[in-house]
Amino acid sequence: MTSTVIRYLYLLLLICLLSGISAFASEFKKPKAGTVDSITFKSPFYEDNERCFKCHGQKTYEYLNENLDRNVKALMFSERVIDRNKFYQSNHKSFSCTDCHSADYVKFPHPGELRMEQTYNCIDCHGGDEKFAQYNFEEIESEYQKSTHFQLEKEGFSCWECHGPHTYKLNIRNSSDIKEAIIYDNNICLKCHSNYDQFQLLSDKDEINILQKHDWLPNQETHFRSVRCIECHSEINDSILVSHLILPVEKAVRKCNECHSQNSILMSTLYKFQSKEQRKDGFLNGIILNQSYVIGANRNEYLNIISLLIFGVVVLIIGIHIYFRLTRK
Amino acid sequence: MYLYPVWVRLWHLFNAILILVLIVTGISMQYTDKQDAILMVGFARAVKWHNIAAVLLTVNYIFFVTGNLFTDNGKFYKIRKENFISDLWKQMKYYSLGMFKGEKHPFPVTPDRKFNPLQKLTYVLAMYIAFPLLIISGLGLLFPETVISRFLGISGMILTDILHITMGFFLSVFMIIHIYTCTLGARPTSLFKSMLSGYHVSEDH
Repeated sequence: MTSTVIRYLYLLLLICLLSGISAFASEFKKPKAGTVDSITFKSPFYEDNERCFKCHGQKTYEYLNENLDRNVKALMFSERVIDRNKFYQSNHKSFSCTDCHSADYVKFPHPGELRMEQTYNCIDCHGGDEKFAQYNFEEIESEYQKSTHFQLEKEGFSCWECHGPHTYKLNIRNSSDIKEAIIYDNNICLKCHSNYDQFQLLSDKDEINILQKHDWLPNQETHFRSVRCIECHSEINDSILVSHLILPVEKAVRKCNECHSQNSILMSTLYKFQSKEQRKDGFLNGIILNQSYVIGANRNEYLNIISLLIFGVVVLIIGIHIYFRLTRK
Repeated sequence: MYLYPVWVRLWHLFNAILILVLIVTGISMQYTDKQDAILMVGFARAVKWHNIAAVLLTVNYIFFVTGNLFTDNGKFYKIRKENFISDLWKQMKYYSLGMFKGEKHPFPVTPDRKFNPLQKLTYVLAMYIAFPLLIISGLGLLFPETVISRFLGISGMILTDILHITMGFFLSVFMIIHIYTCTLGARPTSLFKSMLSGYHVSEDH
């Protein structure tokens, strides 16, 4: 009787297991969206900047057409819309708009020749400045010029293609949550590499399907959430925190061991700046364990020693047993 | 004496092959390095074959549990409380001393007693505790999004992996001891032959 009940319960469990597997297969969890910081910064140029944001801070703007003598409402060209919140969280949040743009923009309609305005690059302000020496902008500039981005499109490419001047903020250096920093950084690449309209501005190549290109990667979703694109697609440089030498696709890392090993490259890339959060507990590359887990890179030294000891004792006992079997026949 | 039905032998054969694949590929993943050492199969290949072998092993394990529940074979795995410790002790004494003095096997194999007490205990621990834990933790690693992100302040993935490699290690040690004790039959090869033919040679120790 009891065994019959156990058999039925087992069959029931098996059915539940199979239906669970099929339900699971059809619905994978979606990655969590990143959270947005609260803005506490008060800009000394808030009032001045508001004159620009009045039109450029949203998708529509309104102006008085003096010829028609009436207010006209129009759509703002999307490239010219600046997100106020993102700007006041960005690295350049303390700037006045006219620090970088011509003061002539205060006139409306804006003078036509301003369209040809020369824009600054990072090195124009940050180069040769002691205050920014720790970031080594000169090396960043030189690496960037060797990168496939610059080599393929010397005219069209600039720092701003990846680091929007109105939105960019220091990320990996300041982040306490690596997962969010990864989403932020990968979105920089995806801005063009998952949006063909944007991509076409800089390249005549056919559309690249990122998911298909990475078909070979096991647990693709987990990889995309756990590492940045640049871990595999750039060359490591010890003198700067984030590598700017983006490699041609044929030079990208494809060997799993590069990350999944004792000498994981992740320690020189993604986890380079995390030494303040050192956590070892006997794990190799223990810092990774704060946020992630990498098979092959996170072995535990204590477990290694214990397992070798147990293995050694077993082999020894078997050896002694064989010896007695041979000698005490 | 016919002791090992075809389904048990088939299950055992597949189990042995798959476990060997899993050990080699598992070690290759755990101790991977930039240059692959001897016997290491390379991380990418190891992941692929470990996953394939693991899914097959899971199916094979379900086959084993189902077989034990619906056939007579399950009775060999039932541990009875009476004299459990003393029987275990007797068997250990025989393996460590008695067999060298030419003593008779305290629990000779019969159609009703396929396993000696020590064998029974290790098989139950391996098949009904280590195996399910190994499979469940392995499924967690195969589908990392199902693993809880943190448990008592520690990453769920680390705990899952430690459980997986610990069970994998114990089962590997079990396999080594299992293979060695299988040389303790009438002749060193007779128990291996039994597992292929199904017939047990009764003059064993």
